[in-house]
Amino acid sequence: MDIMKIVGIGLIATILAVILREQKPEIALQVSIVTGLIIFVFVITKLNSVIEVLKYFASKTNIDLLYFTTILKVIAIAYITEFGAQVCKDAGESSIASKIEFGGKVLIMIMAIPILAALMDIITKLIV
Amino acid sequence: MDVNLIFKIAAIGIIVAVLNRVLTQSGRDEIAMMTTLAGTVVVLLMVVGLIAKLFDTVKTMFQL
Repeated sequence: MDIMKIVGIGLIATILAVILREQKPEIALQVSIVTGLIIFVFVITKLNSVIEVLKYFASKTNIDLLYFTTILKVIAIAYITEFGAQVCKDAGESSIASKIEFGGKVLIMIMAIPILAALMDIITKLIV
Repeated sequence: MDVNLIFKIAAIGIIVAVLNRVLTQSGRDEIAMMTTLAGTVVVLLMVVGLIAKLFDTVKTMFQL
């Protein structure tokens, strides 16, 4: 089962990171970064089919594709931001982590502008 | 699932830690500092490659 592989790798890497943390904290941090990367790359390949199915449903119910791609982009930005912020928190740099999160929020807001505009159009149509 | 990358990095870390201790004991502190930097740089080169791979995967996956 894949989940056992993921948990196994996570545990082994945690033990190695703890061994290294006392003498070489910088290399211990990199062990945790690499573990996160490996687990993500392993899982992302499975996500592909889910996205294809969602795209199929979106096209079937003739929702405008712009909204769906925007949602995907927002998810991608959110994930990368969370990944970076978490690594910085592990290293103890919580101020850098909060800056990364702030940047991510701003970028997501920029992504969401078209959808907000469309929403306002619909609302004004309803009222008028 | 290239798990051996984790073990490679951990091995480098342990070797550098031991080397560091040996060198500091024998009085060569500056060389110990150099080995620490060298170890960190080597590990960083490996990690940067994998981070680039992650960002490419996300870019292609989400059509970012």
